[in-house]
Amino acid sequence: MNEFSPKIVAFCCSNCASAAAGIAGRTGMNLPPNVSVVRVPCTGRIEILHLLKPFEEGADGVYVAGCQEDSCRYITGVVKAAKRVAHVKKILEEIGLEPERIELFNTSAASGRSFVQTAVEMTDRLQAIGPVSTDVNQNFERGAQS
Amino acid sequence: MIVAEPKPVSEILDMVKDAGRVLIVGCKGCVTVCNVGGAKEAAVLASTLRIARRNDKSFIADSHTLERQCDPEYINELEELIESYDAVVSLACGVGPQFIAERYPSTRVYPGVNTRFMGGAVEHGVWSERCAGCGTCVVHYFGGVCPIARCSKSLMNGPCGGSTNGKCEISKDVDCIWDIIVKKMMEQQRTDELIEFKPPKSWVTARDGGPRKMIKEELVK
Amino acid sequence: MSDLKAGSNLEKVLRAGHFAFTGECGPPQGADVEAVRKKAAHLKGCVDAVNITDNQTAVVRMSSWAASLILLQEGVEPNFQMVCRDRNRLAMQSDILGAYAHGIRNMLCLSGDHQKFGNHPESKNVFDIDSIQLVNMVKTMRDEGTFLNGQEIETAPRLFIGAACNPFADPFDYRPYRLAKKIAAGADFVQTQCIYNMDKFREFMKRVVDMGLHEKCSILAGVTPMKSVGMARYMAKQVPGMDVPDSLIKRLQGAGKGNVAEEGIRFAIEQIEEFKAMEGVSGVHLMAIEWEHRVPEISERAGMLPRPEV
Repeated sequence: MNEFSPKIVAFCCSNCASAAAGIAGRTGMNLPPNVSVVRVPCTGRIEILHLLKPFEEGADGVYVAGCQEDSCRYITGVVKAAKRVAHVKKILEEIGLEPERIELFNTSAASGRSFVQTAVEMTDRLQAIGPVSTDVNQNFERGAQS
Repeated sequence: MIVAEPKPVSEILDMVKDAGRVLIVGCKGCVTVCNVGGAKEAAVLASTLRIARRNDKSFIADSHTLERQCDPEYINELEELIESYDAVVSLACGVGPQFIAERYPSTRVYPGVNTRFMGGAVEHGVWSERCAGCGTCVVHYFGGVCPIARCSKSLMNGPCGGSTNGKCEISKDVDCIWDIIVKKMMEQQRTDELIEFKPPKSWVTARDGGPRKMIKEELVK
Repeated sequence: MSDLKAGSNLEKVLRAGHFAFTGECGPPQGADVEAVRKKAAHLKGCVDAVNITDNQTAVVRMSSWAASLILLQEGVEPNFQMVCRDRNRLAMQSDILGAYAHGIRNMLCLSGDHQKFGNHPESKNVFDIDSIQLVNMVKTMRDEGTFLNGQEIETAPRLFIGAACNPFADPFDYRPYRLAKKIAAGADFVQTQCIYNMDKFREFMKRVVDMGLHEKCSILAGVTPMKSVGMARYMAKQVPGMDVPDSLIKRLQGAGKGNVAEEGIRFAIEQIEEFKAMEGVSGVHLMAIEWEHRVPEISERAGMLPRPEV
């Protein structure tokens, strides 16, 4: 029986989030395979259009992993990212999609665990919400389970 | 500049619900400056429409941005492009959709923004009304401030009795512009100008006088 | 009294040097003539003239000129009111002619509360001219016999012109100057916003008297008896341009349950006594809105009865 595996795109900054990814890798924790990572120099660099594109390409969810607000290397980057994520939540709601499909997480450079945990959390969340597309070509059979 | 606000996406989706190929036209003028209708915003709207109409595999939404939508020479640039679409959403101020509709009468044109007022940026991300286009500018009589646009009652002999703590009676978020005018002019020892009776305004040059034109004779061929 | 401007009862009372006393009445939110007659009946004989509000707080009511006519029929002199929010200069001049033709002789010229407050917030507002321009327009119609455009009026309306005055609105320092401006524009009498902060009002009147404004225009002090602590708090917080000192709220609270209204009336009467003796104050304007039935009692206790016959 196939459980729906949500396609997730994760934007990670080169600072904290990637450091956390490094720790995760070294300690043997792995990201779930349904999550694709896009590295950006700072989450403040992510535009609203970048956050929408994954949904156009069939993603079920998007998240942004950036630094804690007081340790962003570029000072205000992650704060800006948070505002843009909030804006995209509004857009999703306007077009009938769940605003929970996009999220911003403040990770710590020291925690490999939290980096993997975030991916797992988003996966669980999106499994509960369900896929974006109702197109039969999608690789899921959630509707068949009841 | 002209300040506009985005229309709700749900409203735009409803406008183009029967269209299969939508062109979003942005404008590099005023609406770019207030981050509502420039190239970025046009691209975002096109992407949003594509996500919303994802179940229709043939649906197309593209964006294209003109230098301005208030000059025919730029509207003409759409000639070849526009034939491939059955609906156009203009993100320019109210002038844009009208110029496009006039130039391309067989195209369905929709406004993607609500045009609000003439104003300027007071802080990053905040624009405030300054001018109502009354056609007879007299800001110099009021210390460089316009009571027609900025007083809720357009008083010329203000303030009214509703001014409290420097705020207008309509909302705590609206400054009483007469409070500002009076304090400024009293400080500048111009109380005698304040007491001078301002007679009723002629609204002939405002929108009340009918749709307006401005002609520069030396430029007309 | 041959040089009377309009010959209204209010004008004659003031000209004869009596301490004037005016009341107020809000028309109904409907065409109920009896409602107006009832209110008029309470006020008759207690006051020299009665203000009839004009779509007050931007809530649609029977128009001021229409309710004023009913008052005339009942033998009560109306103070017809017009706000600048709802009419342009054509409608204003037209209504002024009509009101005068029907025997109305007093007119108050006001800005009007913004329609955002009222029950039709989506309406367009007019504000073609402001209250001071309106005062001047009515004066010009009366004294020069011309419309705003300079054209001669074949039978010119002659109205006794009133305006509002708010000593408590901001900026405080400018208020006496604004009053001067209204008087220069043609105001014959002004009624102030209801007063609770007596200190501030005394300060205002000092400046007004210094400028000699009381000699050019009759100033009537506004009084509204507080019915309850809730009313006092509401007026302190929610009504723009209102100044209600904490000391008054405490006094009302101190009166104890069931006695607040009486305490409110006592305060009002104390105020009226002080106004009678205050330099520059020519009368009192009592606004007992929706409390018209208490006006005879208040008038009696304030020593205002009987009203002078002029």
